[in-house]
Amino acid sequence: MAIPIIYNIRSVRARWTSSIVAVLGIAGTVGVFVAMLSLARGFQATLVASGSEDNALIVRAGATTEMTSGVGLDAVKIIQDAPGIARGADGPLVTPEAVLMAPIPLISTSTDANVEIRGVSPNVLQIRKQIKIVQGRMFQAGLAEVVVGKNANTTYRGLTLGNTIHLGSVNWKVVGIFDAGGSSFDSEVWGDAHLLSGAYNRPDNSFQSVTVHLNSPDALGQFKDAVTTDPRLNVDVMREISYYAKQSTNMTTLITRLGGFVAMIMAIGAIFGALNTMYSAVADRGREIATMRALGFGGPSVVFSFLLEALLISFFGGVLGCLAVLRLNGLTTSTINFQTFSNLAFAFKITPDLMIGGIVFALIMGVIGGLFPAIRAARLPVATALREL
Amino acid sequence: MIRVDGQGSGTSLIQVRGLEKTYKRGGEDIRVLQRLNLDVDKGDFVAFMGPSGSGKTTLLNLLGGLDVPSAGSITVDGDEITHMSGSKLTNWRARHVGFIFQMYNLIPVLTAFQNVELPLLLTKLSSSERKKHVETALSVVGLADRMRHYPRQLSGGQEQRVTIARAIVSDPTFLLCDEPTGDLDRKSADEIMALIEELVGKYGKTVLMVTHDPVVAARAHTTLHLEKGVLVEASKAEPGVVAGGVR
Amino acid sequence: MKFRRLILANLFRKKIRLILTVGSFAIALVLFTFLAVVNSAFNRGVDIAGADRLVIVNRIGLIQTMPISYGDKIRAIPGVKYVTQNHWFGGVYQDEKNFFPQFAIDVENHRHVYPEFQVPDDQWNTFVKDQQGAIAGATTAKRFGWKVGDRIPIKNALYGATKTWEFNLDGIYHTQKADGDQSQFWFHWKNFDENVPAAVKSTAGWYILKLNSPDDAVRVAKTIDTMFANSSSETKTETESAFAAGFAKQFGNIEFLILAIGSVVFFTLLLVTGNTMAISVRERTAELAVLKAIGVTDRTILFLVLFEAMLIAFIGGVIGLLLAWAAIPVISVALTGLLPPLLLSKTMLSAGLLFAIFVGTVSGLLPGIGAMRMRVVNALRRV
Repeated sequence: MAIPIIYNIRSVRARWTSSIVAVLGIAGTVGVFVAMLSLARGFQATLVASGSEDNALIVRAGATTEMTSGVGLDAVKIIQDAPGIARGADGPLVTPEAVLMAPIPLISTSTDANVEIRGVSPNVLQIRKQIKIVQGRMFQAGLAEVVVGKNANTTYRGLTLGNTIHLGSVNWKVVGIFDAGGSSFDSEVWGDAHLLSGAYNRPDNSFQSVTVHLNSPDALGQFKDAVTTDPRLNVDVMREISYYAKQSTNMTTLITRLGGFVAMIMAIGAIFGALNTMYSAVADRGREIATMRALGFGGPSVVFSFLLEALLISFFGGVLGCLAVLRLNGLTTSTINFQTFSNLAFAFKITPDLMIGGIVFALIMGVIGGLFPAIRAARLPVATALREL
Repeated sequence: MIRVDGQGSGTSLIQVRGLEKTYKRGGEDIRVLQRLNLDVDKGDFVAFMGPSGSGKTTLLNLLGGLDVPSAGSITVDGDEITHMSGSKLTNWRARHVGFIFQMYNLIPVLTAFQNVELPLLLTKLSSSERKKHVETALSVVGLADRMRHYPRQLSGGQEQRVTIARAIVSDPTFLLCDEPTGDLDRKSADEIMALIEELVGKYGKTVLMVTHDPVVAARAHTTLHLEKGVLVEASKAEPGVVAGGVR
Repeated sequence: MKFRRLILANLFRKKIRLILTVGSFAIALVLFTFLAVVNSAFNRGVDIAGADRLVIVNRIGLIQTMPISYGDKIRAIPGVKYVTQNHWFGGVYQDEKNFFPQFAIDVENHRHVYPEFQVPDDQWNTFVKDQQGAIAGATTAKRFGWKVGDRIPIKNALYGATKTWEFNLDGIYHTQKADGDQSQFWFHWKNFDENVPAAVKSTAGWYILKLNSPDDAVRVAKTIDTMFANSSSETKTETESAFAAGFAKQFGNIEFLILAIGSVVFFTLLLVTGNTMAISVRERTAELAVLKAIGVTDRTILFLVLFEAMLIAFIGGVIGLLLAWAAIPVISVALTGLLPPLLLSKTMLSAGLLFAIFVGTVSGLLPGIGAMRMRVVNALRRV
């Protein structure tokens, strides 16, 4: 029969000042761990959410990002007729896009951010079906109007409904705000492709990319084959989702590795704190432990009991850590994505599995921090410990 | 019948033959117990006295299975404990020995009830059965009304009584007391000794007790002196004869 | 000092606790150093910016170019010593992951504006004469195992059809200071201009000029921007450090995050050591009481406790700094291409050590004062 758990619970409570040290150490580590990972997750999720399964992205062969790609109008005309493309009321659902960058001040620091400006075709919402206008309206083809993503609206200065902004050599009126489901599009400003190209002195018959809406996700194969084997075209075709997933790798790797290092270092510190707490617990309770062993509770019972106590402390620390950073969930921040050179607003994304991971991490720290002290407790010389002051 | 000459008939409850215990201290061997013999029958009440360092505590530890001798044998109710291994010895101890220490050794975060219940957790008794035993033990020592109190809420004498309740709750074969009244004032000490006498007289318990206090020792049936590593009888007719000479 | 033996003996009483406390300090300092190093990497651009350099870009946006004719006009402004221009190339060497910055540079003036990039004269002279030539930074060269004389193929899709450009590696540049950027790849602007489509010809990506004196910065910047206002390519001129800071600021809350973690560490450390000191002082109440009884002053008792705390902090701090010093180059390699190299400076090391000692002193303060104030009578009674 094991030593009753109530003994451990009450003992921890009685020595709470000492236990607090271990609890806080573990809470801090778990907090940082969850925060950093949720930052990386949020960044990645934003980009991954930017694609649809049934959209295909076309860029010039060899181009790694839209920014470095170029697709001519003649190529667009050929692509439009390829098999697999869904059709709308006015023809194939295709949006040839010009991707540009403009310096717009961040609301938080008032220094410039490289904001992505996307010239789109007026029927773009039929191709990117997950995007909805939530305030105002869509821009009208041929007019100097733009719509902005919901994150762009809150992160960059001047992108408010009704406001006029200067892009290229033209003034544009912000007529609508759209919700792109937390994807990278939420950080963008969209307008008529032809007008935007003109405003930036770009040739009118040249775009950066073409996005098409397929009949179904499976139509990609057929479409891709047709387009890549056409001798008149020199393009790469990929599923929209894949393109965006690749755009996030560097930053996600950076944040994950940095966060991982920091969390690891803190974990070692937290384990030290737990060890300290548990060792002093064993030292303080020498007589109690010896008494229980004298009464007949064997070594394994004692080890198990102290291990359990360490787990109690670390579990509590883990929960505390998760709760503390939970407030960050959904908090938006922005950073520059080196791969695309443009600014991207994203949110911390704390998911249940991340928190469970944090608590498991805490328990592991607890086991490591509790094992040796527990073994020491079991090995105490009973006879002497019974009588010590 | 209590004997120290090793000539017992072999029917006694506790039988010690040729017990030796040697410690290494700073490179030297110190022989604390030398070929010690002892026979104790059921229902006996023995007090051990002797100067400090004479080995009284060592003897108690060995009898209680908290330590192993360098040589010799200890047999309790037919079980030879000197050759028992760690976990077997631990189990034996749980079933056969009740400990009463000078410093009570109660778990401060557990109530009186929970402290007394501890030894029963090692048995297969159900929760309600355990409750019955604990309540009985606490009534015997007169603390039934203080079951839910924590040690810090009890006086010294009350704490010791809880310890005694814990010592008897699993109905052990014998009780080992190490200076049971050491930390108490005269009045409380008297109450504790009266209780222990009652355990012997009314409940037929076997008690082995170490003490330095001749008044306390006088309560036992026999007092044995530990001198030069062996036990020597002191005559009951001469209660004043105490090795070490402190009254 | 008379009490040295006493202090040392006390320290080693409970070896495990000592190791754990020293270890906690070491770990905290490794973390502190790591954070400082990462923070510096994020802000590297600002640190290495030249105080006497201005950067001129197209006001519309970074990726817009300016006419090459601007160069001479800027050169004519009083206060301007040298002007050079770069053009972003953005090609891929073997794999997208092998990113490093590539620029088409103005060979005549580049060296004057960026004296900190050092190329042996003979290598530079070869480069000047070789229009297919290129110069690479030492870090990039080392990363891919390039040697002078190698032929470097770089694929580019940005300017016209995707094409592989081949360069002769004529030289390798180093920077004097360890935190300089040694990752760049330069080639002739003339080579670039000849081989790009008409739309891109005769353009500059951005201009960099060197001032006669940093004091002229504001005036010159204003002159330039006014000069090109209302033209087809309006300009935005700012100091190099402001330009770099703009990038760094886009990392948003990174600095805040670092400060937040730093504070968490600081307080936890304070708690751990404070608690340990308190426990150890409590255990030694008896001895301290005896010391007081025999006449040791209260002040000395306080000093003993404080000194012990500082000693632990110091030893832990030194161990932590040594660990950091060994580990940081390794971590830097793991982050190559994602961040500039992680560099540990002497300032960081001293700051770290002082921080450790400060924490040690503060954590020993409360238990120390308690020990100092303890009345001998009470202390002895506790025994």
